Amino acid sequence: MDLTGPALKTILSTAFDVLPIVLFIFLFQVFVIRQPIRDVKRLVAGLVCTILGLGLFLVGLEQALFPLGRLMAQQLTHPEFLLQGTERLDFHWSNYTWVYVFAFAIGFATTIAEPALLAVAMKANETSGGAIHVWGLRVAVAIGAAVGVSLGCFRIIAGLPLQAFILVGYVIVVIQTIWAPRLIIPLAYDSGGVTTSTVTVPLVAALGLGLAETIPGRSPLLDGFGLVAFTCLFPIISVMAYAQLSALREQLAHRRKSRQGRGTESTSKEAI
Amino acid sequence: MTKVLRTLWKHVARSARDLAPIILVIGFFQYAILQQPLDNALELVSGATLVLIGLTLFVYGLELALFPIGESLAYALARKGSVFWLLTFSFLLGFGTTVAEPALTAVANEAAQVAAAAGAIGDTDEARSRYVLGLRITVALSVGTALLIGVLRILLGWSLPLLIISGYVMVIAMTAVAPPEIVGIAYDSGGVTTSTVTVPLVAALGVGIASSLRDRNPMTDGFGLIAFASLTPMVFVMAYGSIIKWI
Repeated sequence: MDLTGPALKTILSTAFDVLPIVLFIFLFQVFVIRQPIRDVKRLVAGLVCTILGLGLFLVGLEQALFPLGRLMAQQLTHPEFLLQGTERLDFHWSNYTWVYVFAFAIGFATTIAEPALLAVAMKANETSGGAIHVWGLRVAVAIGAAVGVSLGCFRIIAGLPLQAFILVGYVIVVIQTIWAPRLIIPLAYDSGGVTTSTVTVPLVAALGLGLAETIPGRSPLLDGFGLVAFTCLFPIISVMAYAQLSALREQLAHRRKSRQGRGTESTSKEAI
Repeated sequence: MTKVLRTLWKHVARSARDLAPIILVIGFFQYAILQQPLDNALELVSGATLVLIGLTLFVYGLELALFPIGESLAYALARKGSVFWLLTFSFLLGFGTTVAEPALTAVANEAAQVAAAAGAIGDTDEARSRYVLGLRITVALSVGTALLIGVLRILLGWSLPLLIISGYVMVIAMTAVAPPEIVGIAYDSGGVTTSTVTVPLVAALGVGIASSLRDRNPMTDGFGLIAFASLTPMVFVMAYGSIIKWI
């Protein structure tokens, strides 16, 4: 298989996407800040790495992983696969177990691989002085995204209104905000938008479209949408939950320690 | 030389760990559930290798260029002390990076089809392309506005939860009045606007501004910009859909 053609094309188009940003920043540097740019060589090398890296990343996905992912989404939602073991054609939501499992797994896997999330996790780790772990944050976001995609598929299959789910999600976010540790709230809000970038959107969109196409009474144009919104919303909840759980665990450990401390104190008093 | 090789190996190993779940999921479903052989295993391996190299290079470039650029610009602008230029920069960064975003163009095209099918616009190529352009500019404006409000929040120390929750209320209120066919697209447009290149820049910008101001905490004040950027497009797109439909 010849990959040079599409690779060059993708890298060029990535460069064209990044170029306006670079140009804009350069102009701002020259005309507004009016300071020479330090370390030009390093920056150019870094930008070349970024563009080349993103380009190769996309080519690899486009050539190998996306077609397969899309194909699998189609196969899993195809009536033929769903009919295995049953006699009657039934589009009840409970017959789609493997779709939910696949949605959860692919939502988790693509979010872990999302470069934008990695970038924010690195930044959060650096800014918090190591208090927020890169891997912990990514897993928390990925679980949220996985639940989101899975629940979004259920919504499409069951034909429930999108607004109702989003509204309930918002209410949960608001309630969590009241009790979540202050430090995590901005990061949690951010993690929603970060989840859905280069890797997740194409695969998740293919899944939604596949579902809406095969289920009678659903229109791909009207019902296929909304999965990305779910993938955006649930990481906010899961990241706050992650922080709440770690705070709770710390509290419990602290309490246990102080109780143990008191315990030894009392025994030592008894000894005296 | 060995040091370079070791760092390189560490980066590659980390990328491999990041990609392992995708490979596992696809492999498991292909063999165990769908029970179909992979007829293009070679393509899969070469594709995965490219993804691996790509991710490694991207992370390397992130630390070398995107983070330092975003931070040094934030520091320079904050030191200059000009709120006007800081806000102009934020708005233009949001607008500029979004208007050309390929994912947005794809969503806008689908949205035009939906609008034409629902009868909100004429079913001609011209009407559709006008609709697409309008939608792209709307979303780009919304992201520019989002970064502007977000930076203003860092400067003035406004409460983030309060702003986000009022954003939610606006989304819900708009949902009630917007034409139903635009709602799904509007909700999704919030997620597609923040691209892989924009996110690191914006994160570095926010943290940079917050850490250059004396009484701001980079952790609680620096983050939150991306949250705005994925919230305002929902409101703006629903407003756009309503205006097109009712006028």
